[in-house]
Amino acid sequence: MSVRVQTQDFDLSAELATMRAGRSDIGALVTFTGLVRDMAKSGPVTEMELEHYPGMTERALEQIVSEAHERWPLQDALIIHRHGPLAPGDQIVLVATASPHRHAAFEAAEFLMDYLKSRAPFWKKEHGATGAQWVDARESDEQALSRWTKS
Amino acid sequence: MDVIYFAWVRERIGLPRETVDTNAATVADLVDELRAREPRYALAFADMSAIRVALDQELTGLDASLEGVREVAFFPPMTGG
Repeated sequence: MSVRVQTQDFDLSAELATMRAGRSDIGALVTFTGLVRDMAKSGPVTEMELEHYPGMTERALEQIVSEAHERWPLQDALIIHRHGPLAPGDQIVLVATASPHRHAAFEAAEFLMDYLKSRAPFWKKEHGATGAQWVDARESDEQALSRWTKS
Repeated sequence: MDVIYFAWVRERIGLPRETVDTNAATVADLVDELRAREPRYALAFADMSAIRVALDQELTGLDASLEGVREVAFFPPMTGG
C-alpha cells in the first residue's frame, strides 16, 4: 500500500525496512518527514489540528503517486499523512521514494511534497495562547507546484 | 445532492454536511442559491477566490456542471504537508 492516511504516528525506520525487504535492486532511498513547528506567524503553537476529506484525500494522494511513477523510474513510493490533533514536534507526513539512482528519488520526493501541500485536501489549524487560526495557503507553495508543470 | 464543507467554510456555515434539493446547473448557481438562503452562507461564500470546490471528490472549477453529481464539497485552499 503506497498511501496511508491515519491518526497514529509512524516509524520511519520500520517503513524503510518494509520498502527494502526482500530486494537489492534499490540504489537510492530518499525520505522527507514533515514535523509540527512550535512557532507560527501569530505566536507559539500549542496544538496543530489537521482536518481532511476522507475518501478524496486517499484518491488525491494515489493520483499524485501514480503521476510520480509515470515521471520517474521509481521502484517504490510511499506517502503517510496524519490527521487529527498533533503537538509541536510531532511527525505529520512521510514521503519516501526508491529508485536505482538518486536524482529520480530526490526529484520525485520533492514533487510528491509540492503536490500534496496544495492539492491534497488537508487543512491545518494552529492553536496558541491567542486562540485558534486556520493556516493560510502560501503563495510560495503554489509557485513550488508550478515548476513541475513547466515542460 | 450531498453538500459538504471543510475547515473555516464548515465553521462559518455551522455544519459539516447537508442534503440540498436544487436545480442549479453549475457550482456557481448552487453558490448563489446558498448565499440567498441565510447570512452565514453569504459570509462563507463572500470571497470566492478563497473557495475551492470538488465534485464527487475531484477538484474542479466554479463553472463546472452539476449534472449527475452526487457530492459537492466546498473548502479553503488546501494546506497539507
